[in-house]
Amino acid sequence: MSEQQTYEPRIVAFLCKWCSSAGSDLAGVSRIQYPANATPITVPCTGAISPMYILSAFNKGADGVLVSGCHIGDCHYIEGNYLARRKMHLIMQLIEFIGVEPNRFRMSWVSAAEGGKFAQVITDFVNDLKPLGPQEKLKKAERA
Amino acid sequence: MSKKRTGVFVCHCGTNIAATVDVAKVAKEMAGENTVAFTQEYVYMCSEPGQESVVQAIKDNKLDSVVVTCCSPNLHEKTFRDNAQRAGINNFTVEIANIREQCSWVHKDKAKGTEKAIKISRSVVRRVNRNKPMDAIAVPVTRRAMVIGGGIAGIQAAIDIGNAGIEVILVEKQATIGGRMLQLSETFPTLDCAQCVMSPKMVEVNRHPKVKVMTYSEVQEVAGSVGNFRVKVFKRSTFVDPDKCKLCDECTEVCPVVVPNEYEHGLTARRAIYIPYAQAIPASFTLDEDACLGLNPVVCGKCKDVCETGAIDYDIRSQTVTEDVGAIVVATGFDLYDQANIPELGGGKIEDVLDGLQFERLCSASGATHGHVLRPSDHKEPKDVVFIQCVGSRDPAKHCAYCSKICCMYTAKHARLYKKHCPDGRAYIFYIDIRSGGKGYEEFVQRTMEDDDTLYLRGRVSRLYRHNGKVRVHGTDTLTGQNVEIDADMVVLALAMVPSKGTAEIAKTLKIGRDKDLFLAEAHPKLRPVESITGGIYLAGAAQAPKDIPETVAQAGAAAAKVIALLSQATLSRSPLIAKVRRSHCTGCGMCVEACPFIAIRLEGGKAIVNEALCEGCGSCSATCLRAAIDVKNVTQLQVYEMIEACLA
Repeated sequence: MSEQQTYEPRIVAFLCKWCSSAGSDLAGVSRIQYPANATPITVPCTGAISPMYILSAFNKGADGVLVSGCHIGDCHYIEGNYLARRKMHLIMQLIEFIGVEPNRFRMSWVSAAEGGKFAQVITDFVNDLKPLGPQEKLKKAERA
Repeated sequence: MSKKRTGVFVCHCGTNIAATVDVAKVAKEMAGENTVAFTQEYVYMCSEPGQESVVQAIKDNKLDSVVVTCCSPNLHEKTFRDNAQRAGINNFTVEIANIREQCSWVHKDKAKGTEKAIKISRSVVRRVNRNKPMDAIAVPVTRRAMVIGGGIAGIQAAIDIGNAGIEVILVEKQATIGGRMLQLSETFPTLDCAQCVMSPKMVEVNRHPKVKVMTYSEVQEVAGSVGNFRVKVFKRSTFVDPDKCKLCDECTEVCPVVVPNEYEHGLTARRAIYIPYAQAIPASFTLDEDACLGLNPVVCGKCKDVCETGAIDYDIRSQTVTEDVGAIVVATGFDLYDQANIPELGGGKIEDVLDGLQFERLCSASGATHGHVLRPSDHKEPKDVVFIQCVGSRDPAKHCAYCSKICCMYTAKHARLYKKHCPDGRAYIFYIDIRSGGKGYEEFVQRTMEDDDTLYLRGRVSRLYRHNGKVRVHGTDTLTGQNVEIDADMVVLALAMVPSKGTAEIAKTLKIGRDKDLFLAEAHPKLRPVESITGGIYLAGAAQAPKDIPETVAQAGAAAAKVIALLSQATLSRSPLIAKVRRSHCTGCGMCVEACPFIAIRLEGGKAIVNEALCEGCGSCSATCLRAAIDVKNVTQLQVYEMIEACLA
């Protein structure tokens, strides 16, 4: 139990520029507190997120990966989040197939107006990752 | 590639960043990065001395790229890119690491905050390492504008833009322009008549040589981007030729269909063929297709028979018109909060309980009662009238959390108008607070209390119901601690302002955001209050937030000024961060062609080619390419992989 309390999962959060990154900005402006475990990478659109990014993040030692974009129908680039949804669904099946807990990957829709939701998504994700412990399956062994 | 010389500038933002992020440590860590040649911290990097120090440092240290770790790029990316250009380096080699909104403001633990700030900064330093200098793409500008919504905001914006010599298309959904303001009786704090202010404005915009007014029309589809939008407008048929219509009113006398009159806010009825107001513009009747028995001489055809000028033609078809414009102003206005959500106050079902707009129509000389305040149930003059403020507003638990801003003022106005009409009547106002910020507003409320002898009761109303032909009001006066019971002849609810019904749809069509209360979202609450987050689309009026007429007019003028500034440029610079194909890697599989939402990629000679005019830089293509042969410039896959690594280092 004590190990679980000190364990802090490392999360890479891919945020689309138009909605979720702006939503995280709003969380900041509203001073809504959430855990510091997730490091954001802003991309133009969730549609631009290659499935390889997710695997690469796990490979480099991420305990969890978040992809967050505009609500379905609200994509700034018309349909990027539809494309993302299809790809990310496959990724979820793939990581489960290779033995990684599917809970380590998450996709959420956070608009520019949803600062509170963004904070909640991160908080929930961190809480869900803690019992899983560190992700070892896809982590590349460090070279001696 | 010779090694980059990146400068990292760490901003304290006063204590906004420095309180929860160890800025010295961030700077020290960044100095250890292979490509970083210079680091500096400063208390306000965006201030004049801060910006100057960035310029000086670039020159002194021969930097070729810059990372500023500070607030969101939405705020100061442009500021620092402009500085870089001033110092002689390319502005696309400057990136912002957001360690305020995404870090210092949301974490209290300084050690963890610092650690995260370092990861964010490092990932951006690595990204910048592979940023390529590039020039913005110059695109021609369509020197025309569109204004959506023909209320006071839209009319003012259209006139202002037109006065600058720029062609404007004013699109209005209803059969007349004028919007909400045309429904008002008098306006606070001067009590001048709304019609007398509004009607000349409507005439002015309609006659303006540069403005084309399209009523009974709706925006259907928008393509393109800032400077060059292509808008499809659906123009519904009114089945009446406005040039032939002589407003004789013969048609309404024979029309057998009766429906509630939305312009009178349901207080009266209208026919299927109608004119919203005598002052409507265009001055022509409209045949409501949904209400009409069938636009068919066999079924009815009475109106067509009596029309002496032959203005009515059932064969006039609705049409879709395509307009090219460079900028768009959205001014779609407000509705009142739906009473059905408030069952304790009758849910809109109790007779003689009116909403604010209905009361305006009762007071208005152009309304059904010709300006006499008569209660709807028996057409008698009401002697006890209770006004209730904050209905649906300031109630985060059940209704709208926000203050609707204008209700304190218009309720005071209602009380005064009522007392003017019925000097022997009694007016009661239930309020929570009186918010009368504005020129002459406080004095107006004071006069309502003192001169007009209005009884202000501080407290809320818990219940309304019919009782002995009156409306019983159960309330509390929290200043005396007493429960209050009033048998009122009429009750007027100051309902919350909500974005108009079409606002959600138009926001979707235009790809502009809405805030948590579903009003249109401005790009920045303080610095960019009339711009939407999407370039070339501006906001005016109550669709953005509750506001009164002077504020609406001011905002419309500001939006117009932005449009004029934008369209005064010969060319616009467009972001060069678009897709680029590595021809050596491309196998011509065509997956990117299918993934592109903008039809910007085609295959030519077995390789993908990007149409630079159409590409928006979303990157859907790059995520689809199996061979990493297509990338968005300065957000390449290689860059993202290196950012991922930095986040996990």
